[in-house]
Amino acid sequence: MSAPTSRTIVEPVAPPRPGPDAPRPYRFPAFETRTLGNGLRLIIAPVTKLPVVTVLAVIDAGAATEPDGRDGLALLTARALTEGTTALDGEALTEAAERLGGSLAASADWDAATVRLTVLSERLDEAVRLVADVLRTPAFPEREIERLKAERRAELLQLRAEPRGLADEMIERFVYASSARYARPDGGSDASVAALTRAHVDGFHRQRYGPGTVTLIVAGSVTVSAVEGIVESALGGWSGGAPAPEAVGVDRASGDAAAVRIVRKADAAQSELRVAHVGLPRGHRDYFPVVIMNALLGGLFSSRINLNLREAHAYTYGAHSSFDWRRAAGPFTVSTAVASDVTADALREILSEITRIRSESVTPDELSLATSYLDGVFPIRYETSAAIASALAAMVIYGLPADYFDRYRAHIRAVTAIDVLTAARSHLDPSRLQVVVVGEPSLVRGPLEALGVGPVTVYDDTGRPL
Amino acid sequence: MTRPQWSVKGCRPYIDIMRIPIETFRLSNGLFVTLSEDHTAPIVAVNLWYHVGSANERAGRTGFAHLFEHMLFQGSANVGANEHFELVARAGGTLNGSTWLDRTNYFETVPSNQLALALWLEADRMGRLLPAMTQQKLDTQRDVVKNERRWSIDNQPYGTCWEHVQELAFPPAHPFHHSLIGSMEDLSAASLDDVARFFATFYSPDNAVLSIAGDFDPAEARALITQYFGPIPRGGGVPPLPEMGLPGTYAPAPSPRRVVPDDVRLPRLFIAARTPPFASDAYYAASVAGAILGMQKGSRLHRHLVRESQVAAEASAGTFDLAKGSDLLVVDVTARPGVSAEQLEAAVTSELDAIWRDGVTADEVARAVALIETDFVSTMQSAETRADRLSMFATYFGDPARLNEQVDRYRAVTAESVSAFARARLGPDNRATLLFVPRDGDASGETESSAATNVSTAAAVAA
Repeated sequence: MSAPTSRTIVEPVAPPRPGPDAPRPYRFPAFETRTLGNGLRLIIAPVTKLPVVTVLAVIDAGAATEPDGRDGLALLTARALTEGTTALDGEALTEAAERLGGSLAASADWDAATVRLTVLSERLDEAVRLVADVLRTPAFPEREIERLKAERRAELLQLRAEPRGLADEMIERFVYASSARYARPDGGSDASVAALTRAHVDGFHRQRYGPGTVTLIVAGSVTVSAVEGIVESALGGWSGGAPAPEAVGVDRASGDAAAVRIVRKADAAQSELRVAHVGLPRGHRDYFPVVIMNALLGGLFSSRINLNLREAHAYTYGAHSSFDWRRAAGPFTVSTAVASDVTADALREILSEITRIRSESVTPDELSLATSYLDGVFPIRYETSAAIASALAAMVIYGLPADYFDRYRAHIRAVTAIDVLTAARSHLDPSRLQVVVVGEPSLVRGPLEALGVGPVTVYDDTGRPL
Repeated sequence: MTRPQWSVKGCRPYIDIMRIPIETFRLSNGLFVTLSEDHTAPIVAVNLWYHVGSANERAGRTGFAHLFEHMLFQGSANVGANEHFELVARAGGTLNGSTWLDRTNYFETVPSNQLALALWLEADRMGRLLPAMTQQKLDTQRDVVKNERRWSIDNQPYGTCWEHVQELAFPPAHPFHHSLIGSMEDLSAASLDDVARFFATFYSPDNAVLSIAGDFDPAEARALITQYFGPIPRGGGVPPLPEMGLPGTYAPAPSPRRVVPDDVRLPRLFIAARTPPFASDAYYAASVAGAILGMQKGSRLHRHLVRESQVAAEASAGTFDLAKGSDLLVVDVTARPGVSAEQLEAAVTSELDAIWRDGVTADEVARAVALIETDFVSTMQSAETRADRLSMFATYFGDPARLNEQVDRYRAVTAESVSAFARARLGPDNRATLLFVPRDGDASGETESSAATNVSTAAAVAA
């Protein structure tokens, strides 16, 4: 390797730091909404950039409204949709989609099931037909249902061997009341999934999938009239499907005072740390102030928690906070992974940042960092047909108004420092924070007890106290 | 089994699917620039590739290229520590950087009225990094990177897989042999002098490519680039990498094999074949072979091992896309609970034997190419991806316009060319094997591999 050259010494003179030009206008892609005669809703967003289109079906059949004792049924049903229809078996169905250049992906989370397919836009017709077929006429072959159940079991095994996944599962278990659905994984546990049968899946599909519970979103290089015709022909004759029941008590808090749980991971190279309590529902009126508050607390790279833990103390590769937005109150969580010997120090710093943002107003300079970021980054979020379809899906799932995207940036800019302080005081509560540390107890227990946040107890990786 | 009917339309090549406009020029200091306009949204992506990666590290400094990437976010003569992040966020932009075996990239996407700021930030750190470098910043980033290593590798099940694959597939003297993120020991040894040396050697305009994609005026962009980057002096020349070429297979030595007992619940098998370098004429058949084997649920491995015999919980395969010397096609299959490592390995071996012996069908090629094509066009919707791909083709081949040829290159792939590739490169003499097995018994009850202590190292030697 050569020695340094002269360019390390003679630095060229820097031109002055430039400011912005005048901003150019942007609008979220215009979309049109239709309701078919059978009640199926259709949203079409024509975006002509590259010749691709995303077809996304949103079904009101998420895990939060599963029947009691059937944890994992929503996800199993969604996954089983693409395992064959009355016309095509699973392999042929997969091949049909992939020959179109797309993959049929079906899944479910707390609030909705989704089926999505992205293809070149000249293949729109075939793509809509495939999505329609899996929604209307899934065959639910016994063998494939059993295979999907076994795959879920493998997924859970892998999750428990993986400190991040384990920490994510455990924190929700301790934040929510044991009777609350959110205390248990949305995809179900070993025991609950083992008890599911083809009859449960078929029944859930009959009851919950139908034109009244489905919104089909088509975004990309298409015309409204072409999409209307194709969708009417593919789904116009469909009937059935009852609306989802009300989700009751899914977000009930554990009610525990602050406590620290160590989940034993012998010889862990790091501690996975989660600090959390129940947050607030997506539809809450404080949504925008909370988003800004969280951005400053731990949402941005330049947030207080990340700059403190990563840049000031070098405890971690990264630390962040988030509100998990759901129809009911998802968790507020601070997440990081830190070297074992600084676990208690990192926790102390996190708690001090939460206390600080509740005790004094953020500066105007800090506030504008979050508002100008979220305002400016808005168009960057919607570059692809898949991202536009996902945004429209959120609008459907959370019941956001049709002008939501047009007004988003104004809502962001309207948030004040007082709003942020009020949001922090209303929606962050140190006395309720639950802490999970996935790590080596012998290295972290003493310092965590000395910190005095709350009682410290140790669990195994299935959540049993040791 | 019911077979779908193919419409004529579904099989017709989509003509002129995408041709993005590309303009190039070079500054007198050697900086190569590519511009690609698209005015559908008021955003613009700025992307810099420096032609340096872990392959360029000297002995005893593994991980330095990546540690150095972290230092590039610690400020420069006119930018404070962490101010780079803040300025871009305040502008409404996103940013990141990444280090790979043979390149390091830095990129931001910003509202188009903030193009000047993004260019100015990149120019300040290309031209005036060292005045901002301090021992304290280096110590902090060293610890951050050590935590990154713990998080992404040491504390993750199978987290060391790529380190093992590189060690198995590339001989010890080869620049791709050693770990990208580096050893804790080497990270500890890195000094401020290393930072100055690395910067002077590799971070010069003549060893970089700058790409801009999105909403901008080419004349204005050219003026800004000339103003900001023009005064930065040329470098003193980059030391050439050693010979990167390798034999096409591991023969005549036996294919390397390593069994790693680890803190995992399920056996997982990686098999790496040496394949033609990225974007070379022979690459496309290799890439399609990877997709036939392991891209999505209709691939052979998924259909046969996950759906039919159910020995695998997950299965995938694809090329690494290395452009120098040799690429790798890597098969990655995880066992189902209750399936032993031996059963898993036998099943994967039989799939590789089948494609090696019998080749592929035109239907399989059509499925793979259709998927690759949609994937390509979908990702190109993003300005960040367009700028990055332009930088990639400019850095590796001096010709960003090759981006526009990719779909046609894939469409030209035939069953014959994929079968010929498989015959030459997917046989038993070209299968570096890495097998993770659960340590100290395990929850799922499968039998331990009798080969658990049979640890060998890469045996092949460079030509």
